Amino acid sequence: MSTETAAKTVDVKGQNCPMPVIKTKGAFDEVAAGETLEVIATDSGSLSDIKGWAESTAEADLLDQKETTEGGEDIYKHYIKKVE
Amino acid sequence: MSTDITAGSDADPAVEDLAELQARIEELEAELSEVRDEVENGPKKMVIIATKGTLDMAYPPLILASTAAAFGYDVTVFHTFWGLEILHEKNSKNLKLSSVGNPNMPVPNAIAALPGMDRMTTRMMRNKIKDNEVASIAELIDVSLESGVDLQACQMTIDLLGYDEADFYDGVTTGVGAASAFQDMVEADIQLLV
Repeated sequence: MSTETAAKTVDVKGQNCPMPVIKTKGAFDEVAAGETLEVIATDSGSLSDIKGWAESTAEADLLDQKETTEGGEDIYKHYIKKVE
Repeated sequence: MSTDITAGSDADPAVEDLAELQARIEELEAELSEVRDEVENGPKKMVIIATKGTLDMAYPPLILASTAAAFGYDVTVFHTFWGLEILHEKNSKNLKLSSVGNPNMPVPNAIAALPGMDRMTTRMMRNKIKDNEVASIAELIDVSLESGVDLQACQMTIDLLGYDEADFYDGVTTGVGAASAFQDMVEADIQLLV
């Protein structure tokens, strides 16, 4: 499954620990099985935090994590699929 | 059990005992699988005892509690003594930082003890929190309650400090004491004192 076809996107830009993980969990609860959630963050700690969260969450499969720069700002994108 | 077997009864006592035993085994097996299911698949628990009410010490319990809830844990935070300030709606927005007794502060203790220094260091810390986009205590309380964290205010210290139940955020549990906190700790996988 392509990471570009996320069913839902949660934007946590400008929010710091622990908010990215908490908002991710909240949005992930609303995603149906088989669908992918996209999380867009500016917190560099979200790379390790969301990875750890996905590892300990049975139904979460971390497909990809991307680092990009948009308008001079570092952006971290996470793609988590809800397993069926 | 009576050993006096009625003559003429066509039920064999040995067969009856066996059936009874069989039923008991099935009952115990069901009970065991229920317990095993609870241990293996039931939510894990974390209990934090929050005893401090300074701006810096208010953060760790709330950050850990809301994070653990996101990991699927049942979380209880028992606030006692100055930890109550975190749940006090008005006071929580005005928590202070002490400039004395912390060797990591950029000012020597002798100067930090001067009047007005706590106010200054608190303001500096608040600005840093804002600049670094760290959530406020009120926001963390909101997300904690939303994610099902049980924020408890120790009744004994509510009375001791002269607070009223209405002083606390909506959703805070009051009327609890050390015994219920202890009971929660016994059942928890993680217990922390902050």
